[in-house]
Amino acid sequence: MNVDESEKLTASVQYAIEHDRAISIEGNRSKAFLGWPVEGETLSTLGHTGIIDYRPDELVITARAGTSLSELDAVLRDENQVLACDPPRFGGKGTLGGAIAAGFSGPGRPWHGSVRDGLLGVELVNGLGERMQFGGQVMKNVAGYDVSRLMVGARGTLGLILSASLKVLPRPQCTRTVVAGVDGAEACHRSRQLLRKPYPVSGTCYVDNRLYVRLEGNEEAVVVASQTLGESLTVEGSFWDQVRDHEHSFFRKDRPLWRVSLARGAFGIPDNYPAQLVEWAGSQTWTYLDDDVSTMELGEGGYATPFRNVAADLLKGRDVEDSYERRLKFAFDPRGIFNPGMVV
Amino acid sequence: MPNPRVLELFRAHLPPPSIITDPAAVRPFETDGITALRERPWVVVLPENVEQVRTILEISYDHDVPVVTRGAGTGLSGGARPIRDGVLLTMSKMRNIIDVDLDACTATVEPGVTNLAISDAVRSQGLYYAPDPSSQIACSIGGNVAENSGGVHCLKYGLTVHNVLGIRVQTIEGEELVLGGKTYDSPGYDLLALMMGSEGMLGVVTEVTVKLLPEPPDKRVLLGVYDDLSKAGESVSDIIGAGVIPAGLEMMDALAIRAAEEYVHAGYPTDAAAILLCELDGSTSQVDPDVARVTDIMKAGGAINVRTATTEEECELFWKGRKAAFPAVGRLAPDYYCMDGSVPRHAIGRVLSEITRLSKVYQLPVANVFHAGDGNLHPLVLYDANNDGELRRAETLGGKILEYCVAVGGTITGEHGVGVEKLDQMCVQFGKAELNQFHRLKAAFDPGALMNPGKAIPELARCSELGGMHVHDGKVPHPELERF
Repeated sequence: MNVDESEKLTASVQYAIEHDRAISIEGNRSKAFLGWPVEGETLSTLGHTGIIDYRPDELVITARAGTSLSELDAVLRDENQVLACDPPRFGGKGTLGGAIAAGFSGPGRPWHGSVRDGLLGVELVNGLGERMQFGGQVMKNVAGYDVSRLMVGARGTLGLILSASLKVLPRPQCTRTVVAGVDGAEACHRSRQLLRKPYPVSGTCYVDNRLYVRLEGNEEAVVVASQTLGESLTVEGSFWDQVRDHEHSFFRKDRPLWRVSLARGAFGIPDNYPAQLVEWAGSQTWTYLDDDVSTMELGEGGYATPFRNVAADLLKGRDVEDSYERRLKFAFDPRGIFNPGMVV
Repeated sequence: MPNPRVLELFRAHLPPPSIITDPAAVRPFETDGITALRERPWVVVLPENVEQVRTILEISYDHDVPVVTRGAGTGLSGGARPIRDGVLLTMSKMRNIIDVDLDACTATVEPGVTNLAISDAVRSQGLYYAPDPSSQIACSIGGNVAENSGGVHCLKYGLTVHNVLGIRVQTIEGEELVLGGKTYDSPGYDLLALMMGSEGMLGVVTEVTVKLLPEPPDKRVLLGVYDDLSKAGESVSDIIGAGVIPAGLEMMDALAIRAAEEYVHAGYPTDAAAILLCELDGSTSQVDPDVARVTDIMKAGGAINVRTATTEEECELFWKGRKAAFPAVGRLAPDYYCMDGSVPRHAIGRVLSEITRLSKVYQLPVANVFHAGDGNLHPLVLYDANNDGELRRAETLGGKILEYCVAVGGTITGEHGVGVEKLDQMCVQFGKAELNQFHRLKAAFDPGALMNPGKAIPELARCSELGGMHVHDGKVPHPELERF
């Protein structure tokens, strides 16, 4: 669907400002399970869809915020391309705007970057009801502050994203997965080697005592690398999508799930590998724990955030009163109309 | 004249060699890489550690004195031009490599460490820091963060923003912000991304943690020769469209080729209308087929000759002409003026035609050298400042080129930054709402507007200045540095 609701959405923001009402920005609710309590009248981007510009040889795609990532995938597939970043699609429901607002990344993040890395420009409406364009469709751009990337992970609290341009890449000619049955210590050792050596790696996952390493590139390079790294098993084609979209059996438990981000070189939470799925050569791990993981000592900037099924009283935000983040919010949304209650 | 009490306080807290006020000694600090934009700072301070940085900022803040932060002074937009009654905070004494973590493949360094020194420190481990701005032998990593520097290899390996994992920033109000670190993300707004390319307007970077990559085991450079500029431009699109991501993809036009060849004898064909330089790297098993594909694409696209450099010496020779292009072109005229527009690749042909047209209209030759893979153009407008009105004409021509870049969906600066010199074009690039948003953002970090005031973002009232990289009598600022 190709429908431009920019004016309508902008008018809705302006109306909210005039009438002093709060707005809760919503796409396809694919990440509603995060459970942050947001007050305000729902403003949906779902009617604002379609690809605005796509030229394969530019390696850029520009689309409206309500466009589903699965629609982008389909269009890119026709040209044998993929998004450079690989955010979770969450059942194909996730939208472009939602992927930017959330800033999550699939298992390839250390090698191919995050949404923040692949984002080239955004059009947005700020809390004054002004439509603005930052960045653009070019790879290199240092004019003005990088407001586009600031929107990634801001969960809609700084503005309403209308459209965005993302970098795309050629679909790799060949993909193979190397699987090894190893314990956590060995998986950690091997993962560190993957950062040190120039293999064509594009993702890792450690789950159920198996380390999966995805190799991508031209056929010759992938074959040589898979021979060097060991046995290459046939892995179900959808394995990596399942991990990325939390459809892998690991994610089907009805227990509190936490996302833990760790320093490069670390590997998950060492004393508890059976309860984890570890990605990013060790730096992103998912774990089931009933306790408050956010207070756990994770070293070197590591931190945990509640993700799914976590008790409401643990969904507490950080104290940002009197901080630069608070001022930044004020700089974009002085009346606080966007997503009040949202924790960033 | 600022409050003399400030100097007294500096002297009470800093070792004497870290404070420079003598006019002769201050002189080298009057400009960055753009020597035409000159201003004498009131005082130059060179802190040796973060405590001294904080002290300097605190004293300046308490007495309302503006602070301009300077790295190595190699910037190409006047971003580190001093302010007459201000402090020039020069970070060049802070050049310790604090930590190299081989498990994480990261290096944590002070801001004055040069870009190349990071790679030098880890090369024995088979690692390197990827972004390679042409001034990498001299430019500092703190300055790279301030400018979000690129380089020849950013097509494949990204800009500074993609390769820095963490920084520590001191704000003018005396707070230290620890942004990122060795993790891939942090809670809260992405202030790390915001600081990249913020041109010293929001805070002072005092520590940088970068990602280190494994050195590619194999590397080859292809030289494609064309009798037609637009055919070369089409080959760029064809290579990218075919699914190859070269480590670098550079283009030069006839004027630039001849100048470079005469200057360094890289073996370039002087009768060519354009050449493409394409570097492919990775494992040998990756590079072999890529070389074959790119060769085929270039030939199919009308290249009259394609040569491949395989040894390190041959690769260096191919690059030598490209890297010497700026000083080489500088020999063609007493002065040149370097632009830094960035455009969608498909528009390269149109932009080049427009540059040719403008060159005729304003009767000034233009040599074109660019990072074709990224669509980042460096047209060099040749002129002679001694001829009445020629400087003005060069500036007008340059401004027109940048405006055309914006018109085709591009930007006024791909990698050199806005600084002082592109304030005027910022008004072409952005509207009132965006500029006001930038000012509010700045005020969030620096409510008193003491950090590098007057740079990067124009006041709405102004937008009257034109600028560029002015080179007089072939003397490039920092002539020892490569410029490409």
